[in-house]
Amino acid sequence: MSKPRVATTSLAGCFGCHMSLLDIDDRILQLIDLVEFDRSPVDDIKHISQRCAIGLVEGGCCNEENVHVLEEFRANCDVLISFGDCATMGGIPAMRNNIPLEECIDEAYRSGPTVYNPQGIVPDDPEIPLLLDKVYPAHEVVKIDYCLPGCPPSADTLWAALTALLSGQPIELPYELLKYD
Amino acid sequence: MSDSVTITIDGRNIEARPGQTILEAADAAGIYIPRLCSHPDLKPIGSCRVCTVVVDGRPQAACVKPVMDGMVVQNSTPELLQHRRNIVDMMFVEGNHFCMFCEKSGNCELQAMAYRFGITAPQYPFQFPEKEVDASHPDILLDHNRCIMCARCVRASQELDGKNVFQSIGRGFARKIGVNGERALGDTDMAATDKAADICPVGCIVRKRVGFEKPIGQRLYDTRPIGSDIEEVRA
Repeated sequence: MSKPRVATTSLAGCFGCHMSLLDIDDRILQLIDLVEFDRSPVDDIKHISQRCAIGLVEGGCCNEENVHVLEEFRANCDVLISFGDCATMGGIPAMRNNIPLEECIDEAYRSGPTVYNPQGIVPDDPEIPLLLDKVYPAHEVVKIDYCLPGCPPSADTLWAALTALLSGQPIELPYELLKYD
Repeated sequence: MSDSVTITIDGRNIEARPGQTILEAADAAGIYIPRLCSHPDLKPIGSCRVCTVVVDGRPQAACVKPVMDGMVVQNSTPELLQHRRNIVDMMFVEGNHFCMFCEKSGNCELQAMAYRFGITAPQYPFQFPEKEVDASHPDILLDHNRCIMCARCVRASQELDGKNVFQSIGRGFARKIGVNGERALGDTDMAATDKAADICPVGCIVRKRVGFEKPIGQRLYDTRPIGSDIEEVRA
């Protein structure tokens, strides 16, 4: 029997949650015995190649590309997990949510104290994904099966969740492993 | 008149004193009823409704409902647990609670309640309301983003400090804690020694320059769920 496939991605996040995944230390050797990684920053595969058992999503959705990636994950993963405070609650990127988008762009590209942009150009290349009006946690965009909060979720939290799923159990975190910070 | 009454909580007989609230009687018996606005040093107002129990078939706030002989109280039914979870979820989406950089994290009663209930993400859409931060006071920060409108600060200032620094103002979603000063908290007679400075269950009213004092792992709710101290009375 082939190994279950795991895909991971970082949307509007800082990759800290992926760092936490690497922080399982030598258990990563057990993990690669147990699973095959599909699309992931770990192996740089750009699109999900075949049906995956588990999808791990770091970060919420701040632009249209995030939404496309998240939809690809939902369509191709049996169990989709959002991990980290950005994916589960919006997190730091969501701090822009009560500031009008125009003001955010103005601060970033025109009037910020360290900006030099005499012509006031705002990047608008079609290659650049359009920003959403707000940053949305993953579960407000697609159905998410499990949320693992934390900034980042600890390596033990991620390990507990993955090993539970890989042995066919539901994720039930002990008190010490459910944290928002 | 007898100096003791008997009530049952989740089928267990509890001796209580007349005049006690259900919450006080439960605390004394080692039964934890979750609560946020209630505080042992303050008069209860039944505002947050997290302590809702079913008394003889009717929902009641345990922090304000006095005990009566023969009362039958339900505390841990699936419906009540869901009801409390819903309230906590609403508090999370109606404010801007960024636990990852909040100095109250680990010692926050709202966060601890969510941990105790096993909430991994709120079930309601986030509102991300626009709220103010009042940093005008030299020693105390007032961050409305984190307020849950428990009014503990209002009561502590009046009942414990003999002042009137805080008041609830506005209605509905626009309701907020106002300060009794010309413009901001710095214009009030709030002092760092006030009881109101330490009574906030969340990170809305916090002392400046003492944040992140305790490392992660040693904070109040890092390893023990909120209410453990009360439940240990029974153990």
